[in-house]
Amino acid sequence: MMIDVNVNLSRWPFRRLPCDTHDRLTLKLHQHDVVQAWVSSFDAVLHRDIGGVNLRLAEACKESGNVQLVPFGTVNPMSPDWHEDLRRCHEDYRMPGIRLVPNYHDYSLENAAVAELFQLAENRGLIVQIAFRMEDPRTQHPRLQVPDVDPAALSALAGRHPRLKLVLLNWQPAVTGTPLKQLAAAPNVFFDIAMCEGVGGVGSLLETVSVERVLFGSHVPFFNLESSLLKIRESPLTPEQLKAITHENAARLSADGASRVTNANS
Amino acid sequence: MLRHTAGVAAAAALAGRQSASASGQEDERSSKPLIWDVHAHLSGVAGTPEERIKKLLEYADRVGVDRVVFHLGFSRLTDPPPDQLRRDNDEVLRAMAVAPGRVFGFVYLNPNYVDESIREFDRCVTDGPMVGVKLWVAARCHESRLDPIVQHATRAKAPILQHTWLKTVGNMPGESTPADMAQLAARHPQATFIAAHVGGNWEHGIRAIRATGNVVAELSGSDPTAGMAEMAVRELGADRVVYGSDYGGRSLASQLAKVTGADLSDEAKHLILGLNVRRILGPICRDKGIGV
Repeated sequence: MMIDVNVNLSRWPFRRLPCDTHDRLTLKLHQHDVVQAWVSSFDAVLHRDIGGVNLRLAEACKESGNVQLVPFGTVNPMSPDWHEDLRRCHEDYRMPGIRLVPNYHDYSLENAAVAELFQLAENRGLIVQIAFRMEDPRTQHPRLQVPDVDPAALSALAGRHPRLKLVLLNWQPAVTGTPLKQLAAAPNVFFDIAMCEGVGGVGSLLETVSVERVLFGSHVPFFNLESSLLKIRESPLTPEQLKAITHENAARLSADGASRVTNANS
Repeated sequence: MLRHTAGVAAAAALAGRQSASASGQEDERSSKPLIWDVHAHLSGVAGTPEERIKKLLEYADRVGVDRVVFHLGFSRLTDPPPDQLRRDNDEVLRAMAVAPGRVFGFVYLNPNYVDESIREFDRCVTDGPMVGVKLWVAARCHESRLDPIVQHATRAKAPILQHTWLKTVGNMPGESTPADMAQLAARHPQATFIAAHVGGNWEHGIRAIRATGNVVAELSGSDPTAGMAEMAVRELGADRVVYGSDYGGRSLASQLAKVTGADLSDEAKHLILGLNVRRILGPICRDKGIGV
């Protein structure tokens, strides 16, 4: 049983992907024992009608089948009336969290709107995912080069919102050195493994981040799901560590997610 | 037994649970494919060459990689002088001695020092146990100064693995593109070339080498983007695609997933994972009496 916290629906703008249809994606997840996926939409990366993106995401996640698709709508705090997008995600669509893509939406984490968004999300009990990159800058389209998100401001922000649960996606290699150590020390910050690289990378990560805050994420369908599956095999992990990373930590993060997993298991 | 391990096991079905026999024959009869990683470095772990190779092979065991080709040494200098080349290659030779028949080596050469490189080839390949050439980023490979090295390697049946990238952010001055690789290969139709990373920007890289039949695409060193292996097989054929990882800088897992997770037949995956490299290295290994 696994919970994947880093999944996207719809189509990547620059190529077709083998699992970029709903049926193929859910089949792939189901074949590999993923019972729940935290899902955003690729459309949110470039579309400006974020309200429409989130509505389609919420509708698509109702067609879950064998895999529980949990929608994480996207909020762009640079977009007019983004507060309404946040409200809809929480109140209308009952989403447990939201996702931010600051680099494609062209803002820094130092922007005052981010602090306001964090405060509102904390008040609502929403999880906030931050995607530090979607694609290696070396392979991006030459007309759309997008650098990684700068993490410098994040540990201070996390400290000011201790009840806010922050999930960092695709954070390596953007978050290393001092920022990584600072964020690893923040109890409300969680790390996915989709872009955790280097031989034995997950095991190395556990030398810096406590196992309770490491989450199974795959960046599917952009990446092959097997990448993250094999990463937890490549590192010598104890059964307890595997359980924590593959589902227990994510289930604990979201009470709603936990109950769904329980139902799926019963 | 934890239920989640079933998911992992399913993903790793092609990777297998343990390394296969040294003969390779057993691999073809069993469902476990031979996995031969053609692109590995003594990095990501600490210690002497002997200590590093033991740790790196433990990781290889965990994901079912049977044989590994190492190149470059500890220094990772982009334009190493001849004495540094020798030190780098000596480190790989020491690692090879720990597990002969499982750990293979390609000699690191520098086209900016042609005569010294040929002597180093003879030391490590002609008179030593290495079975191929590694060229990195000292000089772009389409340049004619590479020709004597290629001719010398080809006489010894040694394949040439050339780093290739085509970075959106711009290549380094001596960094070769897949188009450079194709240009060199067209001048040497009897030689066998391995386009390492197939340009990183693989949609361009695969196309750049498509018309040059003596170049195979090697999949290592970029993110495990879905669709890479599928396009390579569609455009080149499965017999012109090989698995490599670029570990320890990269994860074995992320690179293996490009093949094991691909929408390809088992036959194609087996070729990519190991049979193609065995075919490429077969002639030189037979000459050296190395069983493959």
